[in-house]
Amino acid sequence: MWMKLLLIVALAGIYTQAKEDGRGQISGEVEEARWRVAESPDAFKVRLSLKSALGDEAYTWNENELYLFRAAMAYTMRQYYMAEKGQQVNFTSENIVTSEVTPRISFFFYVTNPDAAATITKAEVEAAIRLSRGRINSAFLLSDDTLEFVGLLATLSPPAEPTVEVWLIVFGVVIGFVVLVGVFLIVSGFRNRRKRKLKMDDDDDEGKAGEEIESGGVTNSGFEEEDDRRTQL
Amino acid sequence: MADSEDAKSGDERPKWDNKVQYLLTCIGFAVGLGNVWRFPYLCQVYGGGAFLIPYLIALVFEGLPLLYLELAIGQRLRLGSIGVWNSISPYLGGVGVASMIVSFLVAVYYNTILAWVLWYFFHSFQNPLPWSECPVNEDLTGYVQECLDSTPVNYFWYRQTLNVTPNIETNGSLQWWLVLCLITAWCIVYICFIRGIETIGKAVYVTATFPYLVLTIFLVRALTLPGATDGLIYLFTPDWNLLLNPRVWLDAATQIFFSLSLAFGGLIAFSSYNPQKNNCERDAVLVGCINSATSLYASISIFAILGFKATSNYNTCVQGNIIALTNGFDVADQNITVDNFDSWLDNLNKTDPAKVSYLNLTECNLQTFLDESASGTGLAFIVFTEAVISMPGSQVWAVLFFVMLFSLGLSSMFGNMEGVLAPLHDLNLVPKWMPKELFTGCIFVLSCLVSLIFTMDSGNYWLEIFNNYVGSVSLLIIAFFEIIGVVFFHGMGRFSDDIEFMTGRRPNLFWKACWMCISPLLLLVVFVAYIIVQVQTTPTYPTWNPDYVDFPVTDVQPYPTWVFVICVLLVAIPVGPIPIVALYRLINRKLRRTGRTDTSRTSNPYANEGFNMDT
Repeated sequence: MWMKLLLIVALAGIYTQAKEDGRGQISGEVEEARWRVAESPDAFKVRLSLKSALGDEAYTWNENELYLFRAAMAYTMRQYYMAEKGQQVNFTSENIVTSEVTPRISFFFYVTNPDAAATITKAEVEAAIRLSRGRINSAFLLSDDTLEFVGLLATLSPPAEPTVEVWLIVFGVVIGFVVLVGVFLIVSGFRNRRKRKLKMDDDDDEGKAGEEIESGGVTNSGFEEEDDRRTQL
Repeated sequence: MADSEDAKSGDERPKWDNKVQYLLTCIGFAVGLGNVWRFPYLCQVYGGGAFLIPYLIALVFEGLPLLYLELAIGQRLRLGSIGVWNSISPYLGGVGVASMIVSFLVAVYYNTILAWVLWYFFHSFQNPLPWSECPVNEDLTGYVQECLDSTPVNYFWYRQTLNVTPNIETNGSLQWWLVLCLITAWCIVYICFIRGIETIGKAVYVTATFPYLVLTIFLVRALTLPGATDGLIYLFTPDWNLLLNPRVWLDAATQIFFSLSLAFGGLIAFSSYNPQKNNCERDAVLVGCINSATSLYASISIFAILGFKATSNYNTCVQGNIIALTNGFDVADQNITVDNFDSWLDNLNKTDPAKVSYLNLTECNLQTFLDESASGTGLAFIVFTEAVISMPGSQVWAVLFFVMLFSLGLSSMFGNMEGVLAPLHDLNLVPKWMPKELFTGCIFVLSCLVSLIFTMDSGNYWLEIFNNYVGSVSLLIIAFFEIIGVVFFHGMGRFSDDIEFMTGRRPNLFWKACWMCISPLLLLVVFVAYIIVQVQTTPTYPTWNPDYVDFPVTDVQPYPTWVFVICVLLVAIPVGPIPIVALYRLINRKLRRTGRTDTSRTSNPYANEGFNMDT
């Protein structure tokens, strides 16, 4: 009888201990204490900003969303191993060990190898995430800056080459326009001057005294010639 | 009688198609880049609304009299600056030469600024704007370090536009992209100058009016953006104590003087194309008042935008702090907002101050952001371009802004180049066989070649030197001699007769008092004060040096001796002709007196050489 009691007490003790360790979940294996997961050298910190990304349409974060994350990460690892190493390694959601989620919706996680009892290195996880970042983002309707993997270096988009030529195009348009207007003005100026010169030559032939001051000499305004009084020949 | 006089005075003098062209050209010449990027800065730094008092006093007692004088003398004597001063007195011929040299030197660097404006204009058609983000470095691993240390806007200006060297002694090479923009700018000015005022008069319809349109558009847009009113309040809040600082009065006087583009000879040239019977008094008052009103209007628009920019920066700063707190303390997303940020901070400080200080939050103060003022190229190419990025539809605003700057500068360039070309025409230096277009073209090619200096890597530093030394002391000296020349050599009585002939009534007591004592006195005081201020400070210049310890703060360096010698030369060379020509004429006259007949120097058109009294 007292053995049963002892057993019950012991089990209760273990249960509460496990509860304290796991801090809430009976299946304490998968979701371990936050500090324990964070301590792992291969752990990644994840941060989600649902309200910033989706505003009113933000969904609430619950256990199922966390499960989706684990499944997405398992998929990521599978794809990485297939693409880089040619192996089909069957990662499952249980290989993704996550910590407790804070109100900020941030948590730590690391990946264990299903075949061996080892943790996948951070570098490999990082490479895997880079490969499938777009798919992970779209699973949560988020983007690179609202679903953050803290410490992951962002890949920079290569600069779009054509931008170098845009300014040259505008420059070409402007200078072409300027040259056209300039040529037009110069040519029309010359033509006007030739027309005026021809007109003046005609007038000269009729005997009108030249008004040209190019001939030199000093004009004496006391003796002004009233041109319009001259009779036409 | 006057008309036939015009027709007989040599080559028909070109004339304006109508009065509006003349007024718009003068207004365009006076209203330039300084109205947009110098006056708002002065207003802000010198106590907002209070600055208007010394500014308006300087306008009334210094700006308007000098303006009236130049317009009147040009209109009466109908010659460019050299001819006008030669007519008044041969000893003063040097004043005209000085004006011409200053106009040339200013034109050369002013057009470089227009080249920079064109460069930014060409780049405003891209999405996203090139100065909004840092470029990626060569191995695509990160952003360019220099850009990360400063800001993308600064990087685009100092590195991608200017490619500036760390100091003025390192010359670098000519930047091909700037050379292209410079050639374009000179070509645009040239086509407006091809047929003299015939083409200028048409061009100013656009270049003089477009800036007002853009300023209005900007004002309306800015007032709909958050923070605009903060900027305006900040600009106009008067700080009356600053009026006790003599520096404020000095800067107001110099600002009004340079703003009206006096002593360049351009205004004299423009008014010389007028018919003689024209009310130049009203023109002068109109041009002067419109110039000041434009400065005020521009500062409203600019500061509305700057207020918006300061608010944007402040919000970004606060958001940065919010994210730091949210992530650091794992608070739920968007629980901390701009409004409750302060209360959250207090709470967290009480519970965990060590962690809060570990987060290294930046101090966000709207006043600090509003204080980030700038003038000159800094305002246009750094501060304003940053503001434009935050406005929706940035490309449109950028294009509008740079076209406005270009038209402001272009109409001022007309005056500058006119101050160079008109005296050359009057000196009859143009060979008869050369058509006017070719001669103008030659002068422009020469100017373009000289302005290539500013396309070097160190070009920006040289431009600052030209800006500070050419367009300052020399103009004060020239203006002083102009007023002395008219009042004492030409004679106040004779000048009043001229004005009565042109406008129909003699100048009233106010103008006479200003011309005879107030304005010369003011000019003298400003000149002396300016010299004193310059002498007290060792000439230094800010450099952009990525290797500097405190980068991105500019490294302030003193000018090397050879550069300082050039600065002194830049002041001496324009002013030099004044004493040189006076001495030359004096010596000539003494030589002639020793026996030769003294041919009459007066411009009396009725003199008949057949009856010479001296024989």
